[in-house]
Amino acid sequence: MAQMASTATLPVIDKPLAQEVNPSLVTGNLSYHEVTDQVCEIVEGKVHRNWYIGFAISFSIFMMMVSMLGYQLFTGVGVWGNNAPVAWAWDITNFVFWIGIGHAGTLISAVLFLFRQKWRTSINRAAEAMTLFAVACAAIYPVMHTGRPWRTYWLFPVPNLDLNMWQNFRSPLMWDVFAISTYGSVSAAFWYMGLLPDLATLRDRAAVTGDKTRALLYGVFSLGWRFSARHWTNYEKMYLLLAAISTPLVLSVHSIVSFDFATSVIPGWHTTIFPPYFVAGAVFSGFAMVQTLLLVTRWALGLENLITSKHLDNMNKIILATGMIVGYAYATEFFIAWYSANQYERFVFFNRAFGPYWWAYAIMVSCNVLSPQIFWVKSLRTNVAVTFVMSIFVNIGMWFERFVIIATSLHRDYMPSSWGYFKPTFVDICTFIGTFGFFMTMFLLFLRFIPCIALSEVKGAMAAQAHLPGHEPVKGTTPVHAGGHH
Amino acid sequence: MGLMSFFAPRVSKGVYGMMAEYDGPDTLIEACKAVRDAGYKKTDAFSPFPIHGMEEALGLPESNVGKIAILFSFTGATIALLMQWWTGAKGYPLVIGGKPLFAFEPSIPITFELTVLLSAFSSVILMLLLNGLPRFNHPVFGAKDFHKVGDDRFMLLIEKSDPKFDEASTRQLLEGTHAKSTQVVESN
Repeated sequence: MAQMASTATLPVIDKPLAQEVNPSLVTGNLSYHEVTDQVCEIVEGKVHRNWYIGFAISFSIFMMMVSMLGYQLFTGVGVWGNNAPVAWAWDITNFVFWIGIGHAGTLISAVLFLFRQKWRTSINRAAEAMTLFAVACAAIYPVMHTGRPWRTYWLFPVPNLDLNMWQNFRSPLMWDVFAISTYGSVSAAFWYMGLLPDLATLRDRAAVTGDKTRALLYGVFSLGWRFSARHWTNYEKMYLLLAAISTPLVLSVHSIVSFDFATSVIPGWHTTIFPPYFVAGAVFSGFAMVQTLLLVTRWALGLENLITSKHLDNMNKIILATGMIVGYAYATEFFIAWYSANQYERFVFFNRAFGPYWWAYAIMVSCNVLSPQIFWVKSLRTNVAVTFVMSIFVNIGMWFERFVIIATSLHRDYMPSSWGYFKPTFVDICTFIGTFGFFMTMFLLFLRFIPCIALSEVKGAMAAQAHLPGHEPVKGTTPVHAGGHH
Repeated sequence: MGLMSFFAPRVSKGVYGMMAEYDGPDTLIEACKAVRDAGYKKTDAFSPFPIHGMEEALGLPESNVGKIAILFSFTGATIALLMQWWTGAKGYPLVIGGKPLFAFEPSIPITFELTVLLSAFSSVILMLLLNGLPRFNHPVFGAKDFHKVGDDRFMLLIEKSDPKFDEASTRQLLEGTHAKSTQVVESN
């Protein structure tokens, strides 16, 4: 009897504890309607002056990239600083950097979905959008590096009359073409399918206010979605399948990117640790970029109730964990270089840390391995300013990681006669800065025209949260099983 | 008929079904169970998000998307292997570094990618096909407040084509499930 009585009072006594175990993913006791309003008003309301300022800056930088690419197109790949022995330089560094950033989006949308991590719901839409734009930025580099971008279809097995041969599918560069294009298109499909119900919500709202253009556009893109339970059944199955398919996909993409290096015979590249090491680094840099973008978005759009300190905390834990994996990989590389007793391997790694590019290596280690250690402290993990600064550090560190891997391995060849030192040209620098302009332009357009929070998913999470002990029912609804049975 | 019918005043084409509205996912689920237990089959629920347990509450069959999509994943793998074998060993045989013209080991990445590509896109297309989308016109769009379903409304529909449908008794059943309101939906 005594036990029963204490069980009955448990939800009341342990409310703070229950909140600790199941912290609110949506705060502020919002109703479903308030969530819809808050998110849709960003798209429907008047454009804020800061958006125009941000867009003007981003678009100008984007146009700088376009002019740089145009200059390169008419002059030749020689406008970049790449030359023997450093034939891959900023182009491939930036390619790997941007592809890596894309990984967080798919990780959040697919892997965390399979692990039933409900906290992903309010950040997955923006993270997936970021993935698409990052993949687009990445694709610029190999395509431009071919020198004849108008011949890009030669990369695909398209029957044609001007190549008259087939691609060499035994080459890792071909694997990369398939990996990146599959990744880009599957991510786009995943993103669009997630958007479908939210576009239908915007369509219905536009129809009520009489905005015919919006109603038509959102109507066409929502494919006539009508929130039917029979549709949701197929939809949920499809979404689960996409998540299940994308999980090995996201792990495969950076593994295959790492094969570009690992299958070569260059000391410093020819290592079996590369696939997991690259994937961990990609997740690490991707989460940092998600933090950078979301903190700005959250602040600018006032989404503190939907992107809570719980989200920052969780993402910073992932940054800490993947940062440690990356640090471990750096250490393993050095150990194996010594243990292999191969003089070329030993030289490359000694040279990497203490050679002409020592400064790049030092930046990499301090940004990627040392600085994230502050995230052992919870108050720092949930601190917005600290998180923002750290996310920038990680972005810088991860760019340098790719630069270190590529440039230090190449600039000291087997023969000292072909040793060199890579310096970027102004075209290298302006193109790279320009990709950020493109990235931000696309992201700002996304914020303006597409709901940046997955409405249907957040509401689903609110309904699930209402059933957890220590949580109130969603405002305006009647709970049937108080206390919950899920 | 012809073009001019577009400008003609809308005439009711009869009853499509009966729609009831609920204040939240929990009350909707309970109502779905009651309607299912009363023997109705031609039913549908509308909610801003998929509700956990809805398939069971409405008595819906399991989705076929996965069963069909797996066929496409095998197709993707087969196409990839055949393509790599034919182009490398038959169409344009070229010895590179003494490597065999075709082997399974270097063929794995592209086989994996094409398997993923076809599974993903077939899942998406199958979801749309099985749902009969895109379809921009449907009688339920004419229901009162239906445009708020994507926001925060929860509705339950019983179609007139259900053999058990009877305007009076169906309405009575729905009103007994804590519905906020009931309405007749007209065909279009």
